[in-house]
Amino acid sequence: MSTATHKLLKGATGDWEMVIGMEIHAQVTSNSKLFSGASTTFGGEPNSHVSLVDAAMPGMLPVINGECVRQAVRTGLGLNAKINLRSVFDRKNYFYPDSPQGYQISQYKSPVVGEGEVLVELDGGRSVTIGIERLHLEQDAGKLMHDQSPTMSYVDLNRCGVALMEIVSKPDIRDAEQAKAYVTKLRSILRYLGTCDGDMEKGSLRADVNVSVRKPGAPLGTRCEIKNMNSITFIGQAIEYEARRQIEILEDGGAIDQETRLYDPNKGETRSMRSKEEAHDYRYFPDPDLLPLEFSQSFVDELKAELPELPDQKKTRFVADFGLSAYDASVLVAERESAVFYETVLDRLANRARDGKMAANWVINELFGRLNKEGREIAGSPVSSEQLAAIIDLIGEGTISGKIAKDLFEIVWQEGGDPRALVESRSMKQVTDLSAIEKVVDDIIAANPDKAAQVKDKPQSLGWFVGQVMKSSGGKANPQSVNDLLKSKLGI
Amino acid sequence: MTDLTSLTLAEARKGLADKTFTSLELTDAHLNAIEAARVLNAFVMETPDQARAMAREADGKIAKGDAGPLAGIPLGIKDLFATKGVRTTACSKILGNFVPTYESTITSQLWRDGAVMLGKLNNDEFAMGSANETSCFGPVGNPWRREGSNTTLVPGGSSGGSASAVAALLCMGATATDTGGSIRQPAAFTATVGIKPTYGRCSRWGIVAFASSLDQAGPIARSTRDAAMLLRSMAGHDPKDTTSVDIPVPDYEAAIGKSVKGMKIGIPKEYRLDGMPAEIEKLWSEGAAWLKAAGAELVEVSLPHTKYALPAYYIVAPAEASSNLARYDGVRYGLREQGKNIIEQYENTRAEGFGAEVRRRVMIGTYVLSAGYYDAYYLRAQKVRTLIKKDFEDCFAMGVDAILTPATPSAAFGIGEKGGADPVEMYLNDIFTVTVNMAGLPGIAVPAGKDAQGLPLGLQLIGRPFEEETLFSLGEVIEQAAGRFTPARWW
Repeated sequence: MSTATHKLLKGATGDWEMVIGMEIHAQVTSNSKLFSGASTTFGGEPNSHVSLVDAAMPGMLPVINGECVRQAVRTGLGLNAKINLRSVFDRKNYFYPDSPQGYQISQYKSPVVGEGEVLVELDGGRSVTIGIERLHLEQDAGKLMHDQSPTMSYVDLNRCGVALMEIVSKPDIRDAEQAKAYVTKLRSILRYLGTCDGDMEKGSLRADVNVSVRKPGAPLGTRCEIKNMNSITFIGQAIEYEARRQIEILEDGGAIDQETRLYDPNKGETRSMRSKEEAHDYRYFPDPDLLPLEFSQSFVDELKAELPELPDQKKTRFVADFGLSAYDASVLVAERESAVFYETVLDRLANRARDGKMAANWVINELFGRLNKEGREIAGSPVSSEQLAAIIDLIGEGTISGKIAKDLFEIVWQEGGDPRALVESRSMKQVTDLSAIEKVVDDIIAANPDKAAQVKDKPQSLGWFVGQVMKSSGGKANPQSVNDLLKSKLGI
Repeated sequence: MTDLTSLTLAEARKGLADKTFTSLELTDAHLNAIEAARVLNAFVMETPDQARAMAREADGKIAKGDAGPLAGIPLGIKDLFATKGVRTTACSKILGNFVPTYESTITSQLWRDGAVMLGKLNNDEFAMGSANETSCFGPVGNPWRREGSNTTLVPGGSSGGSASAVAALLCMGATATDTGGSIRQPAAFTATVGIKPTYGRCSRWGIVAFASSLDQAGPIARSTRDAAMLLRSMAGHDPKDTTSVDIPVPDYEAAIGKSVKGMKIGIPKEYRLDGMPAEIEKLWSEGAAWLKAAGAELVEVSLPHTKYALPAYYIVAPAEASSNLARYDGVRYGLREQGKNIIEQYENTRAEGFGAEVRRRVMIGTYVLSAGYYDAYYLRAQKVRTLIKKDFEDCFAMGVDAILTPATPSAAFGIGEKGGADPVEMYLNDIFTVTVNMAGLPGIAVPAGKDAQGLPLGLQLIGRPFEEETLFSLGEVIEQAAGRFTPARWW
């Protein structure tokens, strides 16, 4: 594993380094909201999942949802982070119609999860460790609708009060590639844990990105925060744009104003939303309606014991047990669904130790390749794990060649069916009987005397003969048998 | 038949059980009294139809022998308590004609036990005040007057409507809330009994919040026994309020008449203020003597941080209030004053909807929580709070069972007499009561005597956490010694 070198941006005055930190808002997977019993189901009629607490009716009080706390602790454990046995909910005070209480219940000084770290893989086998500053629980806001009336705005409080985990990274990220890889990895961990569905389109995962630039080795520059990004691609674009914007200002002798900015994906640029002077004074103070959140170490230990295997552990295991390359292993573990599919194939194989690596190749190259080409998800794969395992068994036991297997895969993809039965019914079995292929070998040697003469000096041209034999056998000849036979016939 | 309104709750319970009268008769007697006492402005909403329906239901249950502990007892409810289907305003214009779709935990427990609702009682706007002069429905009159005077006096606040109604025999008991003295001070001003239980003893769910870490509900009643009966129904753990405490509710009434022999009563020297009226001093000594005569032991104790309590209170309470009142924004319910944009709508709504005292406290609270001021004010006030709490803990650790203090620094004053130029003049009313809220302890105010002008004065007893029973036992001793006080009817 090599430590990443990061991208520097060239400016008129030399190289510039980006310093990036992120705040990820991940919607907690739970049936009900953080402090009320209302449903968290997405997409209901406006204001159909709103309790008296969510609507901040007079005299209503929040009651913490234990499952949301468990989800936050699980996530903290998945980020190798310190779990704080005592944390405090604070009120973040601001007026906005999407916040009925007039404050958001969040955690300010004492978050439920402290420092941790995430290992992020980059292209070319490089990797970088990004530090986690903290994770805290807070309420999501409602949604304003400005398109319902020409004179008024409407508010939908369905999302209001849904639990969010705000995961704050340290300013350890150095370029857009790392930033994108960090979000991708974090999302993967959350999905493995089942603590957030990671659906960025639905807004289940949103990022605020802090960007500053400096000359390598220089002190930190002034940062700008790009708010509410919900696409990994846009995050990359926004960082590149924002860093260039800042470099231009600095090289022109200007100074960066600390401000909040928004990224416009249509124009590919960030623009100012509010300056530091306009920043709210949130008047944080401990929420007197809620006691400090306290739990025991054994509560944490129990959750730790039940934690699923996470991508990093899975990757290590795949490499150790099945001899997968680090790259292949990381491709398989990147998405929980892919890893699950691969492992189901493994479970169904007749000889896992022998064929585990081949199964990885098949899942990655044939199956993923084909799915990507057709823009399909693994959940909708026409070839099931059972079918793929059968194909790999047939190869492994020598019943069919790899080439025939690809044809078989195609048939199963198009038509379905039991691969073993298909091999029988369509006579796709590999020919290992020497007498049956001997004649073909003899004929080809006889037809190419000059090549046969050369092969003694150039043993690597044996491959050409193998290819010819395979071709004329319709791919059914066993390549090893063909190889052996040719060698003896040609006297090498 | 004697006037049913003059009975205590305990006497009425007996009359109902013995079928001497019905709940409907008892309820009607009170409804008539309410109608005749509108000049006091104690009720901001009368619910006679609902009251009679509830009374009939109670009569049915009593007939079947299926009566709850408060069956058929007509009560008044402070307008801070959400009552399902009945307008609830916290006596603020900003809530307009807000009608809750839910019932507060405390009132639902009272109805569960058979009580009858007569209507909603006046209070200071959002419970912010010590004279019931900040209500959007106007001030409440105290049934007590100075001897030979026609001046209408305040009943205290914020539970002024509750205290006035109970003292004027308009209801047999009332719910009230106490954030800095809002149960005990009006009780003292009206010769009624008011107890603020330990923080967490009663659920806050469904009570319009003023300062969440200080707010606690309790009853105002005509006697110590009545207060004990009411608190038993009001108290209890509520999963909807995570600050409520899950410990069993004792039969408080059983503490009435229990011997106080051997109890150690602390007399805090810091409560002996400079320039304290001699009458208050005398009352305090008298109270101590009564307890001593009943077998209690008196000890001088020190609560050294007492002088910081009021300033710290006026930081913590407004801070929480500024945040708690942010929800009144004209968006979802209550008053809405349109504006050109949302900011203007907020400004117009809140400027129009909140009265002067509420605006003042929201501004104080916003200020003390602001960046750069938080540490100097809010954080420091919280540290003072910890010290005040420790003062009491040290006292109790010495074996003190309860602490005896005056309830108020003076008797009731005239409407408009105080706080006009300097709000602190009004805030000083809470000087003896706020410490109890800051420490989360139970405190009871019981009538103990009259001043030279014939106005009632009260004493306060402060107890250990969740030892309200001790306060009821001691309160009963004072009540027995001092007697009960009823105002001469002038309305």
